[in-house]
Amino acid sequence: MRSSACSPTTRRSAPPPGSLLSTMATIKIPPVLRASVGGEKEVSASGENIGDVLRDLASNHPATQSQLFSAEGELNRYVNVYLNDEDVRVLDGLDTLVGDGDTLVILPAMAGGR
Amino acid sequence: MSTSGAELLRRIKNQIDEVDPSEVNELIGEGVTIVDVRGSEEFATGHLPGAKSIPRGHLEARIESAAPDRSAELILYCASGNRSAYAARTLQEDLGYERVRSMTGGIALWKDRGYDVEVPRALSPEQRDRYSRHLLIPEIGAEGQQKLLDAKVLLLGAGGLGSPTALYLAAAGVGTLGIVDDDVVDLSNLQRQVIHSTPRIGIPKVDSAEESIHALNPDVKVVKYETRIDASNIMEIIEGYDVIVDGVDNFPTRYLLNDATVRLRIPVVSASILGFDGQLSVFKPYDGPCYRCLFREPPPAELAPSCGANGVLGVLPGTMGLLQATEVVKLILGIGEPAIGRLLLYDALGATLTEVKVHRDPECPICSRDPEDITDEELGVFPDYEAFCAAAG
Repeated sequence: MRSSACSPTTRRSAPPPGSLLSTMATIKIPPVLRASVGGEKEVSASGENIGDVLRDLASNHPATQSQLFSAEGELNRYVNVYLNDEDVRVLDGLDTLVGDGDTLVILPAMAGGR
Repeated sequence: MSTSGAELLRRIKNQIDEVDPSEVNELIGEGVTIVDVRGSEEFATGHLPGAKSIPRGHLEARIESAAPDRSAELILYCASGNRSAYAARTLQEDLGYERVRSMTGGIALWKDRGYDVEVPRALSPEQRDRYSRHLLIPEIGAEGQQKLLDAKVLLLGAGGLGSPTALYLAAAGVGTLGIVDDDVVDLSNLQRQVIHSTPRIGIPKVDSAEESIHALNPDVKVVKYETRIDASNIMEIIEGYDVIVDGVDNFPTRYLLNDATVRLRIPVVSASILGFDGQLSVFKPYDGPCYRCLFREPPPAELAPSCGANGVLGVLPGTMGLLQATEVVKLILGIGEPAIGRLLLYDALGATLTEVKVHRDPECPICSRDPEDITDEELGVFPDYEAFCAAAG
């Protein structure tokens, strides 16, 4: 939820600590995960960084939790996540800051050819 | 008083720079662009090594694709040095080329001096007709068509992706098409596998594909491998191919293929399809990332749709297969920007194409090492996938 005290014109992607503000990002859901999010191709989730956004996704759609994260809370090695067009592993991983209106792409490997 | 042709030529030769064949001979292979401005029939009888053919009548329209940099050194020649003098003046005066020279005496003097002449293998009249639309494109031309005819491309699978890829590569005149498939044509294939047909249900896909390819283009040699690719046969099958088209339907084979092609430095044009979605990338070993850089590990079975039969929009393998065929042609011709280090995601329902970057992984278990260090035992090392799939039911 955005705070009503904050003017949209002054709002920036990194809110002050303790703020209730957080950015909304669009997440593109790959075909194999769509059943876990009610069939949607895109969902919105909020958070300051990639980890927060994905955890927000997992809390809204619990079936995605084990598909995205290992038991230790790390991103599974077979799942790639891109912030806009860049692999978050070459950015700051789950700590990569997310700006308002950014798009995340979740990408597990696909192998259908027939 | 009007000027005679001889007088005009003399004047033009005074306005341009000329170069002696001996100097041109020193420059061969040094990266200087050499353009033959004679007619294409004359070019076909023999030309300077590495020269590009732009008949004088097409000069203004085509010179930029052969020589995009106007300040770079450019040498023109013809039969005796007259047409190239006119052409040099045009490039210098009208198009602003700064370092253009015409070779004195043309190819006649060049031959008298005993320098090398390259004789292109000529396309037959039937081939000139068949590939005429390629010959009209400056980026392809007779030279590019010859590259296609000399190329060897291996298709893994004559299924959804392999069908359109094989047909269009055959039509384009790719000279050798290897096809690996151990399956027979089934009625349920025909919703998308357009290289096969209803009367051929029950016959091996490699035979059905060969029949369609030969009906389309008898120039193409088809090499059939009626088998499944595995660790025991992969090196033997893929060696000697210039490009491999990966349309395989399972992860173990994708990883095996990746490791073997990195070892042999063969580029792979890879695509996959599911439902309404497709992915495509080009893995060119050591020039870009490999498949293991993109996906270090395969997903577990419940996230791996390759484990069983899945639905796919019938036209989707057509779209993705033809994107693959396009990348193959580009790699053979050495033109354009192949999708190396990029993964294209096509969403048929949304009619959108999304692109993400793929980086080489400095810790990649395969391509971070020298190819000769990759052992047979390591190829396609992978969790026990059959057990995974069995567990998933």
